[in-house]
Amino acid sequence: MLTQKIEIRNLSVFYKSFRAVNDVTMPVYENKVTAIIGPSGCGKSTLLRSLNRMNDLVPGSHSEGEIILDGENLLDAGVDVVDVRRRVGMVFQRPNPFPMSVYDNIAYGPRLYGVKKKAILDEIVEESLRGAALWDDVKDKLKQSGMALSGGQQQRLCIARAIAIQPEVLLMDEPASALDPIATLRIEELVAQLQERYTIVIVTHNMQEAARVSDYTAFMMMNEQRAGELVEFDETAAIFTTPQDKRTEDYITGRFG
Amino acid sequence: MSNTQSLFQQKNDLRHRLGRFTNHGDRFWVAALFGSSLLILILVLMIGWEVWALSAPSRHAFGWAFISPWAKAAWNPALDRFNAWPAIYGSLVTSAIALVLAVPFSIAVAIFLAELAPPLLRTPLNYMVEMLAAVPSVIYGLWGIYLFLPKVVHPIGAALQNTLGVIPGLSTFFGGPIPASGISKLAAALILTIMVTPTIAAVTRDVLLAIPRSQREASLALGATQWETIWKVLLPMGLSGILGAVILGFGRAIGETMAVTMVIGNTSGGGYSVLKPGYTMASIIANEFAEAVSDLHSSALIEIALVLFVVTIILNAISRWLVMRVQRKTMGR
Repeated sequence: MLTQKIEIRNLSVFYKSFRAVNDVTMPVYENKVTAIIGPSGCGKSTLLRSLNRMNDLVPGSHSEGEIILDGENLLDAGVDVVDVRRRVGMVFQRPNPFPMSVYDNIAYGPRLYGVKKKAILDEIVEESLRGAALWDDVKDKLKQSGMALSGGQQQRLCIARAIAIQPEVLLMDEPASALDPIATLRIEELVAQLQERYTIVIVTHNMQEAARVSDYTAFMMMNEQRAGELVEFDETAAIFTTPQDKRTEDYITGRFG
Repeated sequence: MSNTQSLFQQKNDLRHRLGRFTNHGDRFWVAALFGSSLLILILVLMIGWEVWALSAPSRHAFGWAFISPWAKAAWNPALDRFNAWPAIYGSLVTSAIALVLAVPFSIAVAIFLAELAPPLLRTPLNYMVEMLAAVPSVIYGLWGIYLFLPKVVHPIGAALQNTLGVIPGLSTFFGGPIPASGISKLAAALILTIMVTPTIAAVTRDVLLAIPRSQREASLALGATQWETIWKVLLPMGLSGILGAVILGFGRAIGETMAVTMVIGNTSGGGYSVLKPGYTMASIIANEFAEAVSDLHSSALIEIALVLFVVTIILNAISRWLVMRVQRKTMGR
């Protein structure tokens, strides 16, 4: 049974007068992995960062259109941004653990929402670390700084931190691009596991990665005005075997990008 | 040989020659930099040695009683009796009050400049903070005497006298009345507050700006508000740097001479009350050295310099240790 978790309708994103994303309409299906691929500068990160209103942080940015999450338009003026980000978590391109212990990194989010009891926090920390396949690596060094972990472990720590507040949707902005191949593989395996519980949107410039981890793929490209546009959206298998658009075919066969 | 190969060789050749050249440069620079650092060390040792040697007569005459709060002898050049406690107390109390008042205020200013100020306001404000830090201290002193002391310090002093001054335990420190001119340890403390605020604020602002944007994003993406992000991520992360800023402010406060000399009243008879005139270590040296009555008087002033030197070094060492501890805690080393 396929349900739309998020529905992006005619979304355009501007930085001042520059149109970075132009008129994108696409669905994000519940408990599926949706990959956004495309050449550099095609607006895929901007699109992703619209989904939890992180673009708000860029001075002069604004959006048109609608992003409907469970019937509610996230772009409405009255929407509480903090609430949006609680429901739509994010993992960034470079691992960015806080300079605190592993434990405090994970507990940061729950504590924001008023969880104070140690027993509950302990449980959340363990559950989140298990969920991010990091528990066995760090169970004996929860008090150690998160910065002391390896790059791949740091990224999994960030994933654990993101799922500690049980978001409904998890956004991942090229989560493996700063990692070595083995760490990348583990992140990809993790994405497959996380899919059972979360709706995942992942941006990647690595097409093999998109093919390996995602159920659906959106291919984006810049138009003549350098605004990012959605070229094609389909099941990942279809995109990579029978693309409908010539440009998609050219991109996935490596003719450009 | 193909074209690319020869190009490759040429490049290697060039790199080889460049390498030899820069290596010579390296050796020169290492020597120059090592020499410069050595010079700093020598300077510190020479200053220490000089004040130690020149203060010998005073040290022999008074021993530890020179810095004792309980010594009977006051600072009396006419009788050649010297006790430095009033000046030590003056330095510590004015710097402490200045820091207690300036640190929260400076951090608030820094947070505003680094995180909250709209771009249009940020540039002029930054400029003014830096300008305040660069105003010569004699100007603060003049402004203090003519405007700040009578108009601001005096009313504050009077208010303190009537509130804290009537509480039995605190009357020692807030006993009045404050002179109508406003001249007092409180005046020195408040002028120092104004002088160290831009220093602490500017350094703290730079510390906050140096924290990568990814840290702010990580916190905000978890649904933290901007306030929570500042309070729970940025300030803890910048703590070691902010401590460094406070040390810098403390150094400026305890070493400040001109402005303090102009507003503190320069007497060793003010007692413990901050509403009364007093001395600081720096101001007593500046005020009396040129007119020192006797050799012992000069020597006593030099011993005060020695005390100031040692106090500064000790406080610096403590703060370094604090900074290191904080860094170890946050960076997981």
